[in-house]
Amino acid sequence: MRTMFVWMAGCLIGLASLPAAIASGWNMPVGVTEISREIYSLHMIIFWICVAIGVVVFGVMFYSLFKFRHSRGAKSANFHENTTVEVIWTAVPLLILVGMAVPATATLKKMYDTSDAELDVMIVGQQFRWRYEYLGEDVAFTSSMSTPMAQVRGEEEKGEHYLLEVDNPLVLPINRKVRFLMTSDDVIHSWWVPDFAVKQDTIPGFINENWTRIDEPGIYRGQCAELCGMNHGFMPIVVHAMEEDDFDAWLVERREEAEQEAMGVDRDWEMDELMERGEGVYASVCASCHQDVGQGSPPVFPALAGNQQLLDDPAWHLDVIINGVSGAAMPAFRSTLNPVEIAAVTTWTRNAWGNDTGDVVQPAEVAEELAQ
Amino acid sequence: MAPKLPPHHPVEQSTSAVAGGNAAAHPEPPRGILRWLLTTNHKEIGSLYLIFSLIMFFIGGIFALVVRAELFQPGMSLIRPEFFNQMTTMHGLIMVFAAVMPAFTGLANWMIPLQIGAPDMALPRLNNFSFWLLPVAFILLLSTLLMPGGGPNFGWTFYAPLSTTYAPPSTTFFILSLHIAGISSILGAINIVATILNMRAPGMRMMDMPLFVWTWLITAFLLIAVMPVLAGVITMMLMDINFGTHFFNAAGGGDPVLFQHLFWFFGHPEVYIMILPAFGIVSAIIPTFARKPLFGYASMVYATASIAILSFLVWAHHMFVVGLPLAAELFFMYTTMLIAVPTGVKVFNWITTLFRGSISFEPPMLFALAFVVLFTIGGLSGVMLAIAPADFQYHDTYFVVAHFHYVLVPGAVFAIMAGVYYWLPKWTGHYPNVKLAQWHFWLSVVGVNLTFFPMHFSGLAGMPRRIPDYALQFADFNLVSSLGSFLFGASQLVFVAVVILCVRGGEKAPAKAWEGAVDLEWSVPSPAPLHTFETPPTFQRQQH
Repeated sequence: MRTMFVWMAGCLIGLASLPAAIASGWNMPVGVTEISREIYSLHMIIFWICVAIGVVVFGVMFYSLFKFRHSRGAKSANFHENTTVEVIWTAVPLLILVGMAVPATATLKKMYDTSDAELDVMIVGQQFRWRYEYLGEDVAFTSSMSTPMAQVRGEEEKGEHYLLEVDNPLVLPINRKVRFLMTSDDVIHSWWVPDFAVKQDTIPGFINENWTRIDEPGIYRGQCAELCGMNHGFMPIVVHAMEEDDFDAWLVERREEAEQEAMGVDRDWEMDELMERGEGVYASVCASCHQDVGQGSPPVFPALAGNQQLLDDPAWHLDVIINGVSGAAMPAFRSTLNPVEIAAVTTWTRNAWGNDTGDVVQPAEVAEELAQ
Repeated sequence: MAPKLPPHHPVEQSTSAVAGGNAAAHPEPPRGILRWLLTTNHKEIGSLYLIFSLIMFFIGGIFALVVRAELFQPGMSLIRPEFFNQMTTMHGLIMVFAAVMPAFTGLANWMIPLQIGAPDMALPRLNNFSFWLLPVAFILLLSTLLMPGGGPNFGWTFYAPLSTTYAPPSTTFFILSLHIAGISSILGAINIVATILNMRAPGMRMMDMPLFVWTWLITAFLLIAVMPVLAGVITMMLMDINFGTHFFNAAGGGDPVLFQHLFWFFGHPEVYIMILPAFGIVSAIIPTFARKPLFGYASMVYATASIAILSFLVWAHHMFVVGLPLAAELFFMYTTMLIAVPTGVKVFNWITTLFRGSISFEPPMLFALAFVVLFTIGGLSGVMLAIAPADFQYHDTYFVVAHFHYVLVPGAVFAIMAGVYYWLPKWTGHYPNVKLAQWHFWLSVVGVNLTFFPMHFSGLAGMPRRIPDYALQFADFNLVSSLGSFLFGASQLVFVAVVILCVRGGEKAPAKAWEGAVDLEWSVPSPAPLHTFETPPTFQRQQH
């Protein structure tokens, strides 16, 4: 028996030193919110309980395998069925489970308390980007992966935040309770930032709620967690958490930018201006499905370069961008993009990659379409 | 590589369901391919199932290796993301529906009549039909890979609307193939229930049946209960895709979450369909090689039944982050945790059976012992996953991938291999080559752990599942996983070699091939003649 205890103690010490010996990149992050810390400690408690159970169970098992070997002349006993033992090994696990369920229930209740939020952010999943709307603040934008596809294809060296970087990060204040309202325009996605322990599916036709209160300023990264199609692996989340004053200033700045953009609707835009703007919009919004040079990924995502219907029928082209295609993967961009962006991306797709129609679509025309 | 079957000898009694029935001679079976197409013999059909599942195990394995090769290092280096999604999807579908399930059905076909002293399955023609539906179903499924737009690419869980509005055109064929496979499973299950309830040797009560028979009986009831739910949900998909309904389309007033409720109401019992017969196999092997009766036969039966009943009450633990109300989260968290109790009872029973036994380590025992250890690891990570708040971090990460591969690969698959090594002497009349089997075992154990253990870490560190490319901090874990998977894949070739060699020859096995074996199958000669128990055996009640 003594060797068995020495062996078990050795195992315990070995396992106990494991987390210390290995870098933090091997375990769940502790995170920067009260909830994430609670979940981390719950995770660790249950992990150690499981380790303890494992040590006992495997300890007895390996002891038996060494001690009662046929080759060592072990004679088998013939005992079986013992009500006392069976009651004990049913009751003890039950008690351990109750012990686990109590703190888990408490944490879960806190996670579900979305009341008294100071800021509401709508998160909309789209193939294959996120749209963020600060409700009541007139600020909204989309956030797409900014890692160049050349890095993915191995033509360029991969950067430090390979696949975990975006063009427009979600900006949030620290120390304020932020409520997330989550939905989707197309398929189910799942918005996950490990440092906040927030993971919630975004489901078309549903609005899910979750919340966070961040303790420390910083940049936090996450990814879409629910398979959402071809580029599921390429829709990261970046959250820039700021001091409260900085956040308020940022919000004002974004609101002014949006107002200026709105004024640009009435003026006549040059083709070059529209093309430059359109290229950016295309890369951020369209390229994930229709690919970087408009070659598409048929049959679900048709090619745009050399697309005969697109070349022949400008009105249809604009209508598809504004209203989407019902029953197909193409979403409506009516409320996602502003008139300038729609005009620019329409102009770009009508003139890029050999689609040399020379057509220019003005923001004012788009605004008129949208008004109908 | 069909196993060499014993020559057909006409005998006096018929294989009719009534044991000891009228005395008509067996007609001579057709030769060549027709023999296999038309066979109604449970042993031949069992072999067909097993060979089919082995082939599918390799096809599904190749898909997994394509996935692991792409994930070997960061960057898209071999395949495109849309093909990656088809590979993960097909790997899951093939392994679940075409490898693991038919392998257990094959073992059931071979062994249940032998273990209960029945001459054949209760419904032999239905048995033939159940099997031959499978190649049809899976050739159809595999052919979708060649269709425009590719095969299913929405994960083996095929969540709507990704699998409906946004799915490739081949999805209708995918639905048809699952329907066919589902019919096969239901018919197979009905046959097993009918056989077990009606055809036991005189004197064998329910509580005298070997545990493999018990676990299969319960599994068959699970199949009959949930396969129609799967059929319903895929029919709703079919309607949404082709007939303009909106069951799962939010834009038409439908409900994408309904899909998940229906799918997992099927899917969770399905998980136990893949593990309960494994419990039965391990419960036969451990007492045999510990030369000591199973510690708690009755409690094993009750534990199996409890797990089966609970399996209908836990489905939404797959959906902890879809936005269920708090009350539902709590309910499903508690019921899920409860499953640990009967599962624990099983593990404790196996270990108590080992305690003070007289243990030897023949190949079936090696796999059964690895099953106990590695399945328990999968069970413990299952307890972690049951904790709903923590699941907000674990959900849809590689931690989940690690968990279910631990219960399915060194769990279900190792149990199947243990069963094959255990019963090969009965099937072929020869012992499998011990040296090769040991090589197979150790390479598999090392490979499986190298593949799946690092996935716990990459998942906890934040790697979502089903992504074709990953951030740089996950590179080391993925490298190890990929190397492990190649080792595991290659070591299964050793398994094939062992099986082929064993069919062809080897050390002759007596009727009772293992010293500690007790069940009825060991009373017929090895190899088992084509027709056995044509007069029902006298069942000697032994201590369980």
